[in-house]
Amino acid sequence: MSIVSIDLAPLQRADRWRVAEWAFWLLPVLGYFVFPDNLVLLTQIAITALFCLSLDLILGYAGIVSLGHAAFFGLGAYTAGLLASHGWGEPLSGLAVAALASGVLGFITSLLVLRGADLTRLMVTLGVAMMLFELANKLTFITGGVDGLQGIEMKPIFGTFGFDMVGKTAYWYSMVVLFLMFWAARKLVHSPFGLSIKGIRLNVARMPALGAPVNARLAAIYTIGAAYAGVAGALMAQTTQFVALDVLSFNRSAELLLILVLGGSGSLYGAMLGTIVFMAAHHVLSDMNPEYWQFWLGAMLMLIVLFARDGVMGGLRTAAARLVPRKLAAP
Amino acid sequence: MSPYALQTKGLVKKFGGFVATNDVTLNVQAGARHALIGPNGAGKTTLINLLTGFLEPTAGQVILNDDDVTQLAQHQRVKRGLARTFQINRLFAELTVLESVVLAVNERLGLGARFFKPVGAHTQAVQEAAELLHTLRLADVAHEQTRSLAYGKQRLIEIALALAAKPKVLLLDEPAAGVPTSESRELFASIAALPRDVTILLIEHDMDLVFRFADQISVLVSGALLTQGTPDQIANDPKVKEVYLGETVHG
Repeated sequence: MSIVSIDLAPLQRADRWRVAEWAFWLLPVLGYFVFPDNLVLLTQIAITALFCLSLDLILGYAGIVSLGHAAFFGLGAYTAGLLASHGWGEPLSGLAVAALASGVLGFITSLLVLRGADLTRLMVTLGVAMMLFELANKLTFITGGVDGLQGIEMKPIFGTFGFDMVGKTAYWYSMVVLFLMFWAARKLVHSPFGLSIKGIRLNVARMPALGAPVNARLAAIYTIGAAYAGVAGALMAQTTQFVALDVLSFNRSAELLLILVLGGSGSLYGAMLGTIVFMAAHHVLSDMNPEYWQFWLGAMLMLIVLFARDGVMGGLRTAAARLVPRKLAAP
Repeated sequence: MSPYALQTKGLVKKFGGFVATNDVTLNVQAGARHALIGPNGAGKTTLINLLTGFLEPTAGQVILNDDDVTQLAQHQRVKRGLARTFQINRLFAELTVLESVVLAVNERLGLGARFFKPVGAHTQAVQEAAELLHTLRLADVAHEQTRSLAYGKQRLIEIALALAAKPKVLLLDEPAAGVPTSESRELFASIAALPRDVTILLIEHDMDLVFRFADQISVLVSGALLTQGTPDQIANDPKVKEVYLGETVHG
C-alpha cells in the first residue's frame, strides 16, 4: 500500500488573514484623514456595512432569504434609542441590550421562518417587518411614531469619549464596533459551525444524513444575524441620536438585499464592498441628479446580476485570478 | 439481544391511495451483506427513506440495534449508527473533497456547532478525514472542488460522506448507478473492503454485483417483501424467476 499523505496546509491556512484584508481594514484610518468633512457619511457606511454583514451571515452563508431584515435593525435602533432617551445613555451596554432584544426576536421568528421554503421565507420575513413597522407607527407614545424618537442623549464611551458635533467619536466608535463584529463573524464562518452552515446552503437534504440538526443550526445563525442587525440599528440610533420610523421600512430591507447582491454574497467582504460602492454611488449620483439617481442604480444592479455573478467581490476574484497565476495565488 | 442490526415490523407507507411499502417485515443480521432487489418501482428507495427517517411510515416500526427508532429524526438515527448514500449524488458542489469529508466527520464527533476555533485547528477531525480519503483513494483530489470531479469519483465521495459517520449499519442506494463498469468494480472493491462489523444493506440493479457481493438477498415486489434467502436460494426460487428475474438468471 502506497502512503500518499495529504497536504493539509490549504485547509489549516484557510482562516489566515491575507495582505489584501489588512489593506482593506486600513481604509477606515485612511478615510478619516482623506475625507475629514464626510465623517458622518462614512459612519453611515460603516453602520450599513455591519447591517449588510448580518444579512450575509443568514443569506450568503446559510441561504435563508429575507425581505424583512430591517425588523431586527429597527428593533435594535428603538431599543438603544429608548434606553438612551430614558436616561440609560451608556453606549456599550445599549449595544448589548439591543443585540439581545433583536437576537430574541430573531430566535422566535426563526421558528416561523424555518418552516417553509424560499417563497414562504420571503413572505414571513416581510410580514414580521411589516407588523413591527405598524407597531412602531401606532405606539406613538413610546416610539414617537412618524415624528421619530427624540430626546436621545448619549453618555461618553467608557465615560471618556463624548459624542462630538463633527462626528469623530461616532466615526471611530462605529468603525471599531464594525471591525470587532467582522472579526467575530470571520471566526464564525471559518469554524466547524460555519462549515456546517455552508453545507446546509449547498445541500440541505444531505445534512441530516450526516447527523446534523439542520433546524437548530439555522435557528442559531438566524439569531446571530438578527443580533448583528440589532447592533447596527443601535449604532445608528446612538450616533445620530435619533430614530426615524423608516428604520423598519420595507425599503430598508429591500435596499439591503440589493447591496448584498451588488457586493457579492457569502464572502463577508462582498457585504463591505457592496455597501461602499452603493453608498458612494448613492452619494455621487444623487448629487448629480437628486430625483432620478435610482435609474442608474437599477441599471447597475441588472448589469451585475446578469453579467458579473457574485457582484463586486466576484469581479475582483476573477481579476485577481487573471493577474496572478493560480499556483502563486494559492500557496 | 437479537442477532439483527436492523429490522422493520409491519412497515407501511401510503401516498394517498397508493401503497408504496406494504407491510414489510425485514430482518438484517448484524454484519450481513444484505441486498435488496426488485423491479423498478418496487419501492426500494421508499423503504430506504423509511429506514433513515427521511419519510414517516403510515404504520409499523423501524428497529435499529434493538431500539425502536421510528420516532427519531434522520440526524438522530445517524448518531445511532445508521448512515446512507443516495441514489443520485447529494454532495457539496462548492466545497473541496477534504472540506466535505471534514464536515461529515465534524458532525460525528459532535463538533458541528463549534463556532470559534477554525476548522483546520480541530486536528483529530481533519486527520480522520484525510485518512478516509486515503482509504478510498481520493487523496490526490483532496483539494479539488467536488463539482470539478468525474462522476465515478463523486460516487466515492458519496460513500466517503456516509463512512465518515462510522456507521454500524450502512445503506447503499445503488452506489454504482451511472458509474462505468470498470470503475464500478473498483467501487465495489472499496465497499467489500469495509470491516465486517459494518452491516450493509444494498440496493443494486446489476445482478452480477449483487450475487457476488451479498450473502442475503431480499426481493421486493410492488412494495411488499416477496421472499428472502441466500443468493443460491434466490437464484433458484421459481417465484423470483417468475416475477423478477425471468429466464435471465445466472450465478
